[in-house]
Amino acid sequence: MSNNEIATDDGIDGATTTDTASNTLDPSGDPLVDHDISVEGSDSRSASSGKTVIESRNLDVYYDDLQAIDDVSMAIPARQVTAMIGPSGCGKSTFLRCINRMNDLVDSARVEGELRFDGQDVYEQDIDPVALRRRIGMVFQHPNPFPKSIYDNVAYGLRVQGRDGEVDLDQQVEESLRRAALWDEVKDQLDKSALDLSGGQQQRLCIARAIAVDPDVILMDEPASALDPIATSKIEDLIEELAEEFTVVIVTHNMQQAARISDRTAVFLTGGELVEYDDTGTIFENPEHQRVEDYITGKFG
Amino acid sequence: MSNESQSVSDSLQRNQFVARKERLYAWLIAGSAVLTILVTVGIVLALSVNALTFWREISPIAFFTGTNWSPKIAGEYGVLPLVSGTLLVTVCSALIALPVGLAAAIYLSEYASERVRSILKPALEVLAGVPTVIYGYMALVYVTPLIDGFLPIDATVIPSRIQILAIPDWLPAISGFVLALPEFTLVVPSLRTFNALSASIVVGIMIIPMVSSISEDALSAVPDSLREAAYGLGSTKFDVSTKVVVPSATSGIVASYVLALSRAIGETMAVTMAMGMSPQMPYFPNVLKNLAESSQTITAAMVQIAGADSLGTGPTFEAMFALGMTLFAITLTMNVLAELVRRRFREAYE
Ligand SMILES: Nc1ncnc2c1ncn2[C@@H]1O[C@H](COP(=O)(O)OP(=O)(O)O)[C@@H](O)[C@H]1O
Ligand SMILES: [Mg+2]
Repeated sequence: MSNNEIATDDGIDGATTTDTASNTLDPSGDPLVDHDISVEGSDSRSASSGKTVIESRNLDVYYDDLQAIDDVSMAIPARQVTAMIGPSGCGKSTFLRCINRMNDLVDSARVEGELRFDGQDVYEQDIDPVALRRRIGMVFQHPNPFPKSIYDNVAYGLRVQGRDGEVDLDQQVEESLRRAALWDEVKDQLDKSALDLSGGQQQRLCIARAIAVDPDVILMDEPASALDPIATSKIEDLIEELAEEFTVVIVTHNMQQAARISDRTAVFLTGGELVEYDDTGTIFENPEHQRVEDYITGKFG
Repeated sequence: MSNESQSVSDSLQRNQFVARKERLYAWLIAGSAVLTILVTVGIVLALSVNALTFWREISPIAFFTGTNWSPKIAGEYGVLPLVSGTLLVTVCSALIALPVGLAAAIYLSEYASERVRSILKPALEVLAGVPTVIYGYMALVYVTPLIDGFLPIDATVIPSRIQILAIPDWLPAISGFVLALPEFTLVVPSLRTFNALSASIVVGIMIIPMVSSISEDALSAVPDSLREAAYGLGSTKFDVSTKVVVPSATSGIVASYVLALSRAIGETMAVTMAMGMSPQMPYFPNVLKNLAESSQTITAAMVQIAGADSLGTGPTFEAMFALGMTLFAITLTMNVLAELVRRRFREAYE
């Protein structure tokens, strides 16, 4: 892998060198911004693992008067798995949905502070959330495949982004399904409705659908919480593999899961407060805060 | 103590009065169901008995293949002109109502704010409550003169092989209206007082609320999780609406279309008033003439028979039932087809 030097602190850099290895699949030509400011070329794919891709600074989120995120600052590294754990209602989903501006869909939601993706504040006026979401994919708690065929589900993103002409669609669909460890199970029934799959298969299909457009980041909101243990372990294996190529941010209420699959762990506690954020090993073995230790050992939450 | 156990066993005992009441309700409810079935069967029987009498006098072949409907003057009972008149209005009104109705439904379900929706939806439904005779009146008094104002030419002949580009400047008003098929000579005729175009327009407007209201219910029922999935993949609002929400609501949309089409097929008052009573085989190849001329639908022909002196006797009277059977057969076919389509796509998102 080549490593382009990228300025991640101010985001607007002119680097246009592209990583040839990933060039064929790379959507980085897709401008994030409506006009004027361009983040083209600041390709996190070619950033080395560990470099900051997403960074929040003093982020507050409100639903009307209710504060769901309280002054959260954290930097999420590239091509690692970052887990967010904490008791239910502490704002994990809210934080996750800030990153790709899914909160825009909630009328009452209001965001203050900064959230930077590739150095660019995504809540700036001229950022197009549609372009942003093309680079930050999302997998939801409940599998939500479209009522279309398996093939059409995976092809949806490329088609809607108008990239189905640029790539070999069949090949991209196959590759995405392979990477989502689903290919062998569905290769003979690509025309079948996605709704005929089992829950675990549906969730892997949703992952295939998300990676088919080759995003930089994949956000996962409790992707295995609605699945049985076998399906869950498949998803967990998959997530670890995905982190070789994508930046994965995963919300989970399952602490063992976070310990198993993540490199970094953020512990949110009630009130939308980020209490501790460190290497997963440190969080689980030697946390700094008593409250975190209590939570992890089950004394609280 | 004994008193208590007494009351417990009492409360477990079947209460005769309640039981009788329950039985009565069951009978009443079942009775209503049976009544509706009986009425339906009765209608079909009455229709078919009289229709069969008719077809004993007039051969069904002559009825279904005849191209002249002139029961009183010529004693000819060819139903084809009436069927074509019905189809003409149905197709043309569908061309207006299906896209507009669906677009309105998409707007209401996906774009409109809660406030706008709460005003617009009832307003649209008021449109459905306007008596059809008023639509007929509107067609005669407003629609036809309005359109005629844009088409001031009398039977302008556009010779074959003229290209759209070659239409002279003094014809701009109709250029949108010209089909310059190289093989055909097209005539853009002026509108008659009674014409199929204005009838189709008002029937189209009449059935828009049916399409939009039922389709909107279907669109709103699509779970938000699918919208989120689509947004998460970088869809615009329009993509989400057209590529995910609408396909997911296919069964409901088809249901709305079929109901609306059935209504258009069965529509009587507005088409009788707007399109007149001149049964007409379709003009071909000059298809535009069909819109400009008067015609007659199956329903309008039935009204005409019912309003005539011959009521009660003779083949003309019985023809009304044969027409009724034909109409019934058409709508029944439509509904069966719709059910098949609906089943194919049913509750796609569950
Ligand atoms: N759409 C919403 N409207 C209003 N309040 C919300 C909404 N979504 C979440 N909240 C509130 O924000 C807080 C954080 O919720 P959430 O981010 O879903 O927590 P978590 O994912 O950690 O369980 C909760 O108090 C929740 O009730
Ligand atoms: Mg949550």
